[in-house]
Amino acid sequence: MEEAVTKKNRFLSNLTAGNSVHSDAALKELEHLEFPNRKTEDWRYTRVASLINKHLRESAVLPETENFNIPQLQSYKIVFSNGNLIRNDVANNNRVTIKNLETSDLLLNSQASLDEIFTTINTAFTHGGVYIHLDKNTILDKPIEIIHLIDGQNTFAQIRKLIVLEQGAEAQIVEGYYASEKGLSFTNAVSEIIVKNNAKLHVDKVQYESEEHWHINSEYVYQESNSNFTINTITLNGGTVRNGLNISVDGNNCETNLNGLYLLKGNQHVDNHTKVDHKQPHCTSSELYKGMIDDQATGVFNGKVFVREDAQKIEAFQQNSNILLSQNASMNAKPELEIYADDVKCSHGSTTGQFDDEALFYLKSRGISEKNAHALMAAGFAEDVLVNVTNEFVKLHINELLKERFDWEF
Amino acid sequence: MLKINNLHASIEGKKILNGITLEVNAGEIHAIMGPNGSGKSTLASVIAGKEEYEIESGEILFNDEQLADLKPEERAREGVFLAFQYPVEIPGVSNINFLRTALNEKRAHQGLEPMAAKEFLTLVKEKAALVQLDDKLKNRSVNEGFSGGEKKRNEIFQMAMLNPKLAVLDETDSGLDIDALRIVAHGVNTLKSAENATIVVTHYQRLLDYIVPDFVHVLYNGKIVKTGGKELALELEEKGYDWIKQELGEEIKV
Repeated sequence: MEEAVTKKNRFLSNLTAGNSVHSDAALKELEHLEFPNRKTEDWRYTRVASLINKHLRESAVLPETENFNIPQLQSYKIVFSNGNLIRNDVANNNRVTIKNLETSDLLLNSQASLDEIFTTINTAFTHGGVYIHLDKNTILDKPIEIIHLIDGQNTFAQIRKLIVLEQGAEAQIVEGYYASEKGLSFTNAVSEIIVKNNAKLHVDKVQYESEEHWHINSEYVYQESNSNFTINTITLNGGTVRNGLNISVDGNNCETNLNGLYLLKGNQHVDNHTKVDHKQPHCTSSELYKGMIDDQATGVFNGKVFVREDAQKIEAFQQNSNILLSQNASMNAKPELEIYADDVKCSHGSTTGQFDDEALFYLKSRGISEKNAHALMAAGFAEDVLVNVTNEFVKLHINELLKERFDWEF
Repeated sequence: MLKINNLHASIEGKKILNGITLEVNAGEIHAIMGPNGSGKSTLASVIAGKEEYEIESGEILFNDEQLADLKPEERAREGVFLAFQYPVEIPGVSNINFLRTALNEKRAHQGLEPMAAKEFLTLVKEKAALVQLDDKLKNRSVNEGFSGGEKKRNEIFQMAMLNPKLAVLDETDSGLDIDALRIVAHGVNTLKSAENATIVVTHYQRLLDYIVPDFVHVLYNGKIVKTGGKELALELEEKGYDWIKQELGEEIKV
């Protein structure tokens, strides 16, 4: 026990406390919160012990570069560098506010979980962050592009976002996480997203950090009546990546779409944890997560759906499909349904297999190399996830990254 | 073009081909007939390079090159084409992307640049018309949700696009109604030239009314036991395969 406390304190010792109204409370919470260990069911397949032993520090911002912009994408641009907000394109107008979170800390951590240690670390040590607020009925004319850049110099970056869509507002957000170089660093990102009555938010998240990188992403989404929330999580690089999506659907007639694609190789480990909590009736949620895993890489999918007692007429669909490309690749999939209402339609399924040899031979028999046959089949496999990435420039960008990392041309 | 010398092949230790010898020259159509289990499809698969089959002895020469040394994709680029008995459905892979990749890999092998998009689409249009392939099918996933006849027409469409030197049609007539059979045969006959050759593997004589062979070979127990002209197919149709078995039986007795 004492040893654990010492480790925790050492791990956090290089961080300086934030100055939001919630920092002090979070620091206090941290005194008794513990890191997940092998007995923590929710982190059973993603062990953080080796992360906790690292000596990490806050780092200065990196020189700004255009390298990570999505070509041709017209957007409102926001750039984080080693966790610090360095660029914010949006001039405030009457309808949209995008500003440094410290100045609006009234809402910071108003709802995000205080019992989750990485979220609490973020709350305690965040310096700034971004607050995006869309007024009632505001429909953005172009996407908000949020670029997160980190180095490989043992940086410990806290990223904090608060996104609020007032009634009837609509927005598209494209998030990209990139490493400027190889080497260990740790991104600890927390987002709170509030989608109010009749509002609609679409998020495309592209994760492309280095193979040594740690990334823990915790999102807390609150949906009000008639709202629509879609997130596509595309993980193409990163050492250990844990995506925690927590959706609280607290209104009638909501639609929730969670899609994910993870293509892993080397020693990568990617864990997608989703939790959809249906608190009100007449809603639909749909989850489609697909992965291809090569070498010694490991994948985790844990999808929880709760349907509360009064949440009748819920339709919840969940599917996780995986292809293992090597003998040593592995996947842990765990769909969980907890249903307390009696008039619901829920389904879940999970499959893990290999590429179909017959199909591979068919492609080769037409003169297609093994590499291109794999690429074609991979593209075919990924298509029903990628089809949800509706912005063509984002899709092209993903294709570019696939070309760079896997030499696949789709 | 194709010379098979005393070929013995097996799958999972089970011997299927027991010494096949066959020569196919440019401009010729050969039919390979035989009862179920005689090794017809195995022969087609071995020529295409299906990995599960093991060549135990003998050789297959394609334009004086040992086919056994080539991977399936290399054989295809050299000009070998197998029309599958059961074309495989590949969800998510568009028929058009698949064909473009195949065609351009073959062109790269020949030292040619990838085909320009416009030229490619013109070619697709022309070749699809040859087998009356619906426009919608070209853009769908490979064979997914195709009817039996559409799958077979798609095979001949691919053959037309890739323009092989040697086409092996494995039971292309199985599951086809008479109209589809005519369309498929029309495609094959149109593609025939003095420079290419075709091997038609079939159980029934029916297809050979439309694709007229120069030679008919009867395969039995993994061996070619009889060779003749197109009239041999008619004789087989009339007398059945038992006739061959009896004839062989007598030969063995002598």
